[in-house]
Amino acid sequence: MNELLNFLFENEVLIYLLLFTILLGFEVISKVPSVLHTPLMSGANAISGIVILGAIILIRTTESDNYITLILASTALFVGSINVFGGFFVTNRMLEMFNKKKRG
Amino acid sequence: MDKFLFLLSAFLLVWGLRLQSDPASASKGNKLASVGMITAIFSAVIMPLENSFSNLIWILAPLSLSGVIGYLIAKNIKMTSMPQMVSIFNGLGGLSAVLLSFAEINKWIIYPETYQLTVVIVLILSLFIGSVAFTGSLLAFAKLDGYRWSEKLSLPFQHIFNLILISVIVGLSYLFITSPDISLLYIIIILSFVYGIFFVAPIGGADMPVVISLLNSFTGITAALTGIIFGNIVMLLGGILVGAAGTILTVLMCNAMNRSLLNVIIGGFSSNNSSKKGKDQGEIKEVSDSDFAVQLFYSSKVIIIPGYGLAVAQAQKLCKEIQEILETNDVEIKYAIHPVAGRMPGHMNVLLAEADVDYSKLIELEQANEEFKSTDVAVIIGANDVVNPDAIDDSTSPLYGMPILKVWESTSTVVLKRSMSAGYAGVQNPLFFKKNNQMYFGDAKESLQRLSSELKNL
Repeated sequence: MNELLNFLFENEVLIYLLLFTILLGFEVISKVPSVLHTPLMSGANAISGIVILGAIILIRTTESDNYITLILASTALFVGSINVFGGFFVTNRMLEMFNKKKRG
Repeated sequence: MDKFLFLLSAFLLVWGLRLQSDPASASKGNKLASVGMITAIFSAVIMPLENSFSNLIWILAPLSLSGVIGYLIAKNIKMTSMPQMVSIFNGLGGLSAVLLSFAEINKWIIYPETYQLTVVIVLILSLFIGSVAFTGSLLAFAKLDGYRWSEKLSLPFQHIFNLILISVIVGLSYLFITSPDISLLYIIIILSFVYGIFFVAPIGGADMPVVISLLNSFTGITAALTGIIFGNIVMLLGGILVGAAGTILTVLMCNAMNRSLLNVIIGGFSSNNSSKKGKDQGEIKEVSDSDFAVQLFYSSKVIIIPGYGLAVAQAQKLCKEIQEILETNDVEIKYAIHPVAGRMPGHMNVLLAEADVDYSKLIELEQANEEFKSTDVAVIIGANDVVNPDAIDDSTSPLYGMPILKVWESTSTVVLKRSMSAGYAGVQNPLFFKKNNQMYFGDAKESLQRLSSELKNL
């Protein structure tokens, strides 16, 4: 319990940030028309691939001969960034189709 | 420098997501978000770190490879398969979090003193949620792609079983933290994978998009948890943003179907309760090619209700062709889009946009329901559950309470359908037996081709 409290105190700013980001997330999304749900889902999905930053940091802080960790982290980076790149490209493709309509 | 870049990328991600909630700026929003992501990746690569090693090749190789693969998949995927693709991508995101947490926990086993206990707990949590998102998304993919085996995976007493499974996972995690043993960790991972499958197994039918959205928010949460571990604020922010956005989207979708989230998770469309009827519903009438063509051509107002059947048959473009023929005879054409038409909310809009259907022709549920009264023919193409009158009339129907398109208020309805089989939710549709309804059987594409050539002869 003490440990948990310590953790909370040490990361006070992070915890505040967490709370406000939750509110921000709700606020940003709550007005989306259902027309955009599919692109939004794939766009948000791409953003969730932000987890790859962790993989990059882990790779950079691992000794160069610690192959197990390197392979694990690099695989994580690989699959995670497929999610990121694929997600952004495909969302872009969908939204371009909406846009085409506007001009025509 | 890197701090500034992280700040910039956080701003771009939030602003990009914000812009994505309006059709006019959505495309720009997505671009901003992707720039934000690239900035974040770049700063993670250059940021100064203690004990940094130059393992650059381990970073650049997977990044460039996956960039190419991601691009190719995104470029070639059919718009109809969008829900499957989102769930696969989401699964990959989950897997990434699992691998990452596993690598970190592995380090903890070797150097226990460098980690706080809370960090290990967060890691295990991230491992668990990531695993659930991973296998859950894979199963969701299988279900969406129509693999038969995936429909019947649920066990008797599923929910009790799930509860037991969760308790076992929590117990094992406690054991693992007190006496770290790698084999325990493997068991925890495997059980979490199993839980992901059982979590999604009872859910089916029209509820799938809700699950994907929920799993998406799970992946966001794992990203945020890993962000706490790495002390990286952009990860925390991006992850929470997606978690919150996914949750809101999930709730919005549930509302569109008039269901509660709990109801969806427990598996509301549990099959057998609608079998009582089926006989005695009267007769169906078929309409011939020429009758159908004439009926449409001399109407003043036609509303098309597109569904997944249209999408599967790739018949959006034919639909647009017929629209153009009819418009030469001053027939007013509109498309009524149900919020959950297709396999995902907004899926239908994407598909029609692909076929160049004018945005202003698309009307939403409420407006459509007002316009049916003044409509001559409502043409239902490959849709079923969203036009099922049972949702209003029959309180025992699994669809009961879902807002639907009241097509039968138009003068007549024509249903284009492959066969008399039930819809995605597994229930028969009394609309087919109504007096002013006619059936036009066949694959959506072939049917529309027949109709189109008939129309050209008029």
